[in-house]
Amino acid sequence: MLPTLPLLRPDALHIPDGFLNLTVAIIFWILTVIFIGVAVRKTRGQFGERQIPLMGVMAAFIFAAQMINFPVAGGTSGHLLGGALAAIVLGPWAGMLVMTTVVGVQALIFQDGGLVVMGANIFNMGLLTALIGYGLYRGVQGRSRKARLTIAGVAAWLSVVAGALLTAFQLWLSGTSALRVVFPAMLGVHVIIGVGEALITVAALAFIWQTRPDLLTEEEPKGGRGWIFGGVLISLAVVLISPLASAFPDGLERVAMNVGFIGTGLDAPFEILPDYTLPFLGETGMSTILAGIVGMVVVAGLALGVMWLLRRPAQAES
Amino acid sequence: MHINTFDHYQTRNSLIHRLDPRVKVVVTVLLILSNVILPDGAWLAFALTWGMLLFCSLFARISPRFLITRSFVALPFAFAAVTAIFTIPGQAVFEFNISSWHLTASDAGLIRFFSILIRGWISVQMAILLTASTPFPDLVHALRHLRIPDIIVATISFMYRYLFVLSDETVRLLRAREARSASLTGKRKRGGSIRWRARVAGSMAGQLFLRSYERSERIYNAMLARGYRGTLMTLNPHEMQPKDWALGVIALVMLVIIQIVGRNYSG
Repeated sequence: MLPTLPLLRPDALHIPDGFLNLTVAIIFWILTVIFIGVAVRKTRGQFGERQIPLMGVMAAFIFAAQMINFPVAGGTSGHLLGGALAAIVLGPWAGMLVMTTVVGVQALIFQDGGLVVMGANIFNMGLLTALIGYGLYRGVQGRSRKARLTIAGVAAWLSVVAGALLTAFQLWLSGTSALRVVFPAMLGVHVIIGVGEALITVAALAFIWQTRPDLLTEEEPKGGRGWIFGGVLISLAVVLISPLASAFPDGLERVAMNVGFIGTGLDAPFEILPDYTLPFLGETGMSTILAGIVGMVVVAGLALGVMWLLRRPAQAES
Repeated sequence: MHINTFDHYQTRNSLIHRLDPRVKVVVTVLLILSNVILPDGAWLAFALTWGMLLFCSLFARISPRFLITRSFVALPFAFAAVTAIFTIPGQAVFEFNISSWHLTASDAGLIRFFSILIRGWISVQMAILLTASTPFPDLVHALRHLRIPDIIVATISFMYRYLFVLSDETVRLLRAREARSASLTGKRKRGGSIRWRARVAGSMAGQLFLRSYERSERIYNAMLARGYRGTLMTLNPHEMQPKDWALGVIALVMLVIIQIVGRNYSG
């Protein structure tokens, strides 16, 4: 796993310019702009005139909090990305805006992440993480402390994994990396990094709970119940897609090729080489697809079971 | 922490520095875009782009060495593109084995890999030149003129102002933790379990959050006391001068030339 070593930093998600093709970059800019537009409208009035100083300082907070690390084995360290934490304490839309600012400033000042690909970076690290973080947390809002902290941890972990997976997908769709390498590599690394994220997020929330419970136990939730739907849906997608794509990357590449997704890129190499064949694919495409469906059903069952288990203590205690 | 700790702005008096920040932002983004859409193996066009960049950096009196040293921040990402060498089919150039893997490097794969690398490398240098020749407040101002929503621009300028304060706060927290976790010399292991360490880090993050939150309340009160009415005002008009337009147009023409060269002479 030598090539993944430098990826053991949260920076691994800051895609530089030149690594995504224009189509992918533009698609994610459009998605990001839509989300930011809604967020700008929704946050207006949430904090009144206080909004600008509050969000500015919170963005600086996320930036500074990313400096906090703790040593894990082998010279690596756990870090915070902060998307889930921001969304939980500030509300989803404000959290998204704060994360957008953080990613934007990192690109502008430190060249941590590119400018043309910034839409994708904001989406992966800011919007997706906030959506998963808040969506899952919203589902247990008003329940016991333990349930909320547990779900916050799960959400923080999933948010990092989801961000990594999306990054891997974008690199693959751009023709930069081979899916069968980049996907397991990113997944493997961020499944571990995500644990650090989850632990820090939970501990930070527990700390805030002890000292300023008023910030977390407000009467009126900061977002509607629709967030639960979105958060659970995306989390399920992540949980379903990851094992599937790791186990059958070739099947996925095949499907993408059949649909004509790869090749939309201006400079995807696959277009130049129409006779591109996949030596790793089994005898028939059919067997792969069948195996995929079986795998999906198994994983879906597992995921639902885990979610059900995690929810039960919450209902029992409240 | 000094305000210049993070900012890589290089104070010079040059044509590039005096250019309107809007022009610089737009030209930088267009140059990066042009880079992205150049076909693989367009070495001549890449060289032209880099030449143009060098020319600008000389004009800005910022040494190319500064750009190159700073450009290594994007280097670790090159690993993401390594797979292209071995997975894109083409003429085999060389092959070797790593344990049980048999890897064959193809010519098409190598061309793609180096194209991605060069694209990323030139693009990051452009972004560095932009920040090195534009003070960050001006950059933020340019964003406002480029129709980025006010709330985001205001948040960015606020974030920038408190970045240093909160980073200082974090450094103090880290130093305090360091001071409290003593270890015997020669013993590398210290602290409790990973979970415990994570809890300490989490408490620090929570602590930092509360300090920031309360600070933002104090700031807001201070702003109110000074007549804040919900929007930030500026005394800097930033008007486009004829020379700003002229240089912008020159850059555009260069870009068109680079694209034509790139599409006709790619390797």
